[in-house]
Amino acid sequence: MNFSILTNNMDMFLQGFKVTIIASVTALIASLLLGAFIAVLRIAPYKPLNRLGTTYVEFFRNIPLLIITLFVYLVFNFKGITAGTIALTIYTTAFIAEAIRAGILSIPEGQMEAARSSGLTYSQAMRIVILPQAIKVVIPPLGNQFINLVKNSSLVAVIAGGDLMYQADLISARTFRVMDTYILVAMFYLVLTIPLSLGVSYLEKRLAKSN
Amino acid sequence: MDFIDAYSADNLTFLLNGFWLTLKMALIAIILSFILGGFVGTLRFAKIPVLSQILAMIVEIIRNLPLLLIIFFTFFALPEIGIKFKEVPAAIIALTIFEAAMISEIIRSGLTSIDKGQMEAARSSGLSYFQALWHIILPQALRRMVPPTVSQFISLLKDTSLAVVISVPELTHHAQIVYGQKSTYLVPILLFVALMYFVVNYTLSVLSRRLEVKRT
Repeated sequence: MNFSILTNNMDMFLQGFKVTIIASVTALIASLLLGAFIAVLRIAPYKPLNRLGTTYVEFFRNIPLLIITLFVYLVFNFKGITAGTIALTIYTTAFIAEAIRAGILSIPEGQMEAARSSGLTYSQAMRIVILPQAIKVVIPPLGNQFINLVKNSSLVAVIAGGDLMYQADLISARTFRVMDTYILVAMFYLVLTIPLSLGVSYLEKRLAKSN
Repeated sequence: MDFIDAYSADNLTFLLNGFWLTLKMALIAIILSFILGGFVGTLRFAKIPVLSQILAMIVEIIRNLPLLLIIFFTFFALPEIGIKFKEVPAAIIALTIFEAAMISEIIRSGLTSIDKGQMEAARSSGLSYFQALWHIILPQALRRMVPPTVSQFISLLKDTSLAVVISVPELTHHAQIVYGQKSTYLVPILLFVALMYFVVNYTLSVLSRRLEVKRT
């Protein structure tokens, strides 16, 4: 293992690392907001809204992220990183919506009934009674989605987004040391994903105990 | 956008050809990764000292890496140490390594979910550890593993599209060739391709939900 590749190309590795983090975090925030919205559409007491939410989730969950990425990039002519982040958001939203919906449905119906009969409106009951309880259940699956997001952000490289994977391509083409480069890039990814996955399993264990 | 021209018989046959390879790759990879994952998952469940820990570490590393990186590594980096594969085998190997790590976790948690009393009862009725695992624990665990395995297969089918980066002539690659001919083909072809993935994956997810409902 030749560490001179790391020291000689530190700026490129760090640049890629930065882009990967920015793309993942931006897409996470955006898909949390959108995902919560779609989840509410799916459980709201109004059929056409349910159908709309379900269609979104079922469609985007069942097609490859790469197709979405290519579509956004080629059809709308955004810059690679912008197109990549948008595609990541569209895709991850479907999974996050499902996680949030499952969390809300895990709260016993009696909670909603009690809240409603104590005079709260549907949206008040949702906000004050149901959601705070649901969040506890939802956090571990959301953590998993974030890990997936970090890994999936590597697709940005396919449309020249300048992320870690893309820099790896450039560095290996320059140094002709493909294996060393990819092992180093793998380490950069693991620095992000391993702590996240340890955190998620810790939370899962705590949740299992508290139930 | 030029839907009529884009959906010419030639183009559609070409895309279907690509899809055929996608399906074949996914099927081979899921079978291989079920075997490999089953092996690893069972060994981890059996808690064999040292071996289980080493396997746990390998599984954690693979699960936490992007598949794209594993594909690049298999195809571009391994030849540096003299291990060379053609595009299709390289893609299948990369997919298998990645999915086996996921499936080993499904199998391990399936086995763990079976009540401990089952193992104790089987053992005290005279079966050896692996006999008990094979005859008593595994058949019960398998049923619980069906839904997560199906969703893993759906992920796998979507993930085969990544093989395009090493020019495997699967569906996404064929799509790129077709819309490369004419810019007006772009939207119709991408929509068609999305629909093809969707039809198969959606059918699978409906089937798996049916299975779940029937069981409970």
